[in-house]
Amino acid sequence: MSDILVQLDDVKKNFRKGKDVVEVLHSIHMQVPKGDFVALMGPSGSGKTTLLNLLGGLDKPTEGSVEIGGERIDRMSGRGLSAWRARHIGFVFQFYNLLPVLNAEHNVALPLLLTTLNSKQRRKHAQTALAVVGLGDRSSHYPRELSGGQEQRVAIARAIVSDPTLLLCDEPTGDLDRTAADDILGLLKTLNEQHGKTIILVTHDPAAADFAKRTLHLDKGTLVNGSGS
Amino acid sequence: MKYFYLVWKSVWRKKVRTWLTILSIIVAFLLYGLLQALNYAFNSGADLANAHRLVTINKVSLINPLPMSYLQRIRSVAGVADATHADWFGGYYQEPRTQLANFPVDPEAYLRINQEVQIAPQDLKRWKSERDGILVGRSLATQYGWKVGDRIPIGATIWQRKDGNPVWDFQVSGIFDDTRGNTAYNLLRYDYFDEARAQGKGSVGWFVFMIDPQADAARVAEQVDGMFENSAAETRTSTEQAFSESFIKQFGDVGFIIRSILGAVFFTIVLVSGNTMAQSVRERIPELAVLKTLGFRDTGLLGIVLGESVLVVLLGGVIGLGLAMAILSAVAEQFASVLPNMSLTDSAAIQAILIMLGLGVFTGVMPAMTAMRLSIVDALGRR
Amino acid sequence: MIKQMLAMTAMNVRNIRFRIGASSVAVLGVAAVVGVFAAVLSMAAGFERTMAAAGSEDTAIVMRKGASAELNSGISNEARQIISAADGVLRNGDGKPIASGELYVVVDRPIKATGTGANVPLRGVEAPAFVVRNNIRMVAGRVFEAGKQELVVGRAAQQQFAGLDLGATVKFGKSKWTVVGVFDAGGSVSESELWCDIKVLQSAYQRGNSYQSVRVKLTSPAALETFSAALAADPRLNVSVSSEMEYYANQSRDLARFIRIVGYPLAILMAIGAIFGALNTMYASVAARAREIATLRAMGFGPVAVAIATLLESAFLSLLGGFLGGVLTYLIFNGYQVATLNGSSFSQVVFAFAVTPELLFKGLIAALLIGMLGGLFPALRAARLPVATALREL
Repeated sequence: MSDILVQLDDVKKNFRKGKDVVEVLHSIHMQVPKGDFVALMGPSGSGKTTLLNLLGGLDKPTEGSVEIGGERIDRMSGRGLSAWRARHIGFVFQFYNLLPVLNAEHNVALPLLLTTLNSKQRRKHAQTALAVVGLGDRSSHYPRELSGGQEQRVAIARAIVSDPTLLLCDEPTGDLDRTAADDILGLLKTLNEQHGKTIILVTHDPAAADFAKRTLHLDKGTLVNGSGS
Repeated sequence: MKYFYLVWKSVWRKKVRTWLTILSIIVAFLLYGLLQALNYAFNSGADLANAHRLVTINKVSLINPLPMSYLQRIRSVAGVADATHADWFGGYYQEPRTQLANFPVDPEAYLRINQEVQIAPQDLKRWKSERDGILVGRSLATQYGWKVGDRIPIGATIWQRKDGNPVWDFQVSGIFDDTRGNTAYNLLRYDYFDEARAQGKGSVGWFVFMIDPQADAARVAEQVDGMFENSAAETRTSTEQAFSESFIKQFGDVGFIIRSILGAVFFTIVLVSGNTMAQSVRERIPELAVLKTLGFRDTGLLGIVLGESVLVVLLGGVIGLGLAMAILSAVAEQFASVLPNMSLTDSAAIQAILIMLGLGVFTGVMPAMTAMRLSIVDALGRR
Repeated sequence: MIKQMLAMTAMNVRNIRFRIGASSVAVLGVAAVVGVFAAVLSMAAGFERTMAAAGSEDTAIVMRKGASAELNSGISNEARQIISAADGVLRNGDGKPIASGELYVVVDRPIKATGTGANVPLRGVEAPAFVVRNNIRMVAGRVFEAGKQELVVGRAAQQQFAGLDLGATVKFGKSKWTVVGVFDAGGSVSESELWCDIKVLQSAYQRGNSYQSVRVKLTSPAALETFSAALAADPRLNVSVSSEMEYYANQSRDLARFIRIVGYPLAILMAIGAIFGALNTMYASVAARAREIATLRAMGFGPVAVAIATLLESAFLSLLGGFLGGVLTYLIFNGYQVATLNGSSFSQVVFAFAVTPELLFKGLIAALLIGMLGGLFPALRAARLPVATALREL
């Protein structure tokens, strides 16, 4: 039991659309042990991103409990949640979302501004993270000077720089061509196998399933267990 | 602080836009500096007046004369430490349009009572020995190139000579400075003036006197005026400051006009910067959302946005104010004879900085608040 | 090309409501500039108008030679008689010369608005004073009686200074005067004055039999030359002559010039600020509509037409702002009465802000310039927008 990192029990999520209430997630039960690499797949509109947002504490469930690392994040306040997120979660988005005004190194170092590390220490950690993703020589480049694949790597470096417990990736390969996409997926696999990172990957790229350890399917807000459970 | 790098980089996100905003702010504070200096120049007479110096004029108006005999009686009033007289000579130099401020005074007493006048001892001695001597103020001396020993002809305006000569000839005995800043006037000897003038012998324009430090200015003034009530020439006595203020007020409320103009200027600035800031924040909502996902708190993000707006206003404001100071020091000389004391005071500068901070916060607060209220999920979804 | 341009301009203008925020900023910015510009300069215009209204071409004013202002001048009774009888002076039905020897002193009256004292001219005149000038009209009460300490007050003086209502008693120093009439002088500087019988004034202020000036009505404006020549030729006189118009123009010159010296640079600085504001707005406008512009270009609209349309949009916004600023200034300031100290007369002159059509026109021109300058670079950018990349920005 103690090596279960993520535990979702009976999680429901509703949204208002004008006067109607739409139930996007129905009674989700989910368990992710430490060191797991889960691919969460499903057609668009199935609620994948919603589920990911709940896992990252970006949103709260309408019902049910979300427990990560033993902590009930659905019960945390805004402030506490921010701090928790900074410490425990690394996000990777489809559209990279790097700050165009900062170079690669400074983008990667952003999460560290929330820590008590001094400037030299922050630089060192950022350089290390960039090296892990294979972009050590591009640290002073600006996002506009990098290819899509390289930008995503920088985003991944940013996601791991503060050594988070859980990596949440929302369609990280959605904007990349096949080669670059495989590259990224490979990198994630390395992070999982060699660095022990727990990864939950939301995608509708079928190739992703080959890189992950197991796959879960989400269809119209309900989890259907896939292979490798 | 460690966020400064992020703030600085964000400010220059769109170089042209930021430069344009900064430039309009520079202009606003340049105007602020110049107008405040103008305001100070207008009001400095009152600000620099001595609280223990009183002025007695004819109650009907400043233009009407007073008898010299009043001097002794004023001196006898309790609380009066020292008293002297003065008059307005007027006169022009070279052209009738170039009117000068010349005052016939009692050399000894006037300088005793107006200690702000600084004169070298040998110049003073010379003036006392030359009946037709004139002490010229430094800014006038510089403007007209007068040196000690020069003979300067002053054309008569109000006061005609009894010998019919339309020109009064004076010899420059010395050049003086005035710690109050205004040296655009000259001092002549009352005895020479009174002897040579065609009318008004034995009369003076007004009296200036010092009171004891512990005396009550209002009571002394009342007593002096009471002494001359119901006489041929009734008086009105007030502190030098009150006198200056009422004189300045006659020009109209210059301060009000200047404040209104500055109000219009700053209103426009707020519009321009506020709009720019709002645009800038709107564009960056997805970025701000990302920062939130990384764990930045709302207050932190608010701080970053405000930091940007304040920084932009400070940059423009400090440069603008600096430009104003540079221009003022360059032209102060030229204006010295018309508007002495045209300079930016420390308090005006501090006020300017406070305004900058206020403007910065004000223009940044609204867009920042709207950005904060967005939920991350919505913001991330925006593309 | 013209058709393209007009079509695009019309489209841009119609679409402004989608960019209402940034556009309002530009409009208001220009309105503020034009408003301040018009307000400050209307002060100078109003002041000059007041001074000029006083002067007429067929009235001459005679003062001692070298005196630039009445206060500095002195004319003896003998001189006055000679002057009144000279060639060129108009005579009335009874054959008497229309001439008025005058003298004024400065008295103290509190300003109604602030309560503080102000220097007001108390002018002693002869009976013809009301005819020597072209614009004096009694609007209440009657003219003072000779020999009595009675006053007629100018309308503007009555409005600005306290205690000058019809029937009121005023005390100047030791003497008591009664206000028996109010006169209108067409808004000219005479309306800031208090008038009385010169004989009474001379005695009240121990001026013996002396005057400061003599005003005469000329037989015609051309008679000024004959009149001046006659006085110059007379060895008993040492005077200078000028038309009243010239005299007042000189008096107002310094103050009007000062206001302009402050006003124009101020307006220019503000305009520069507004130009930056306009630039900002127009750049933002072009950026926001990059896709739109690119689409139009892809459809075949030429770059020059695009540039001019942008320029016209900027000009339109600025003119709107200029118009707004001008109208507001007119509504708020026109006719607003203020008083200030006129250096040469050492007394108050009451005048009203005059937001003249000429001034409003200048304001609109300024607005147009701001719009053009502010729209120029953005217009160039709009024209040179790389169509392909802009379209891809989807």
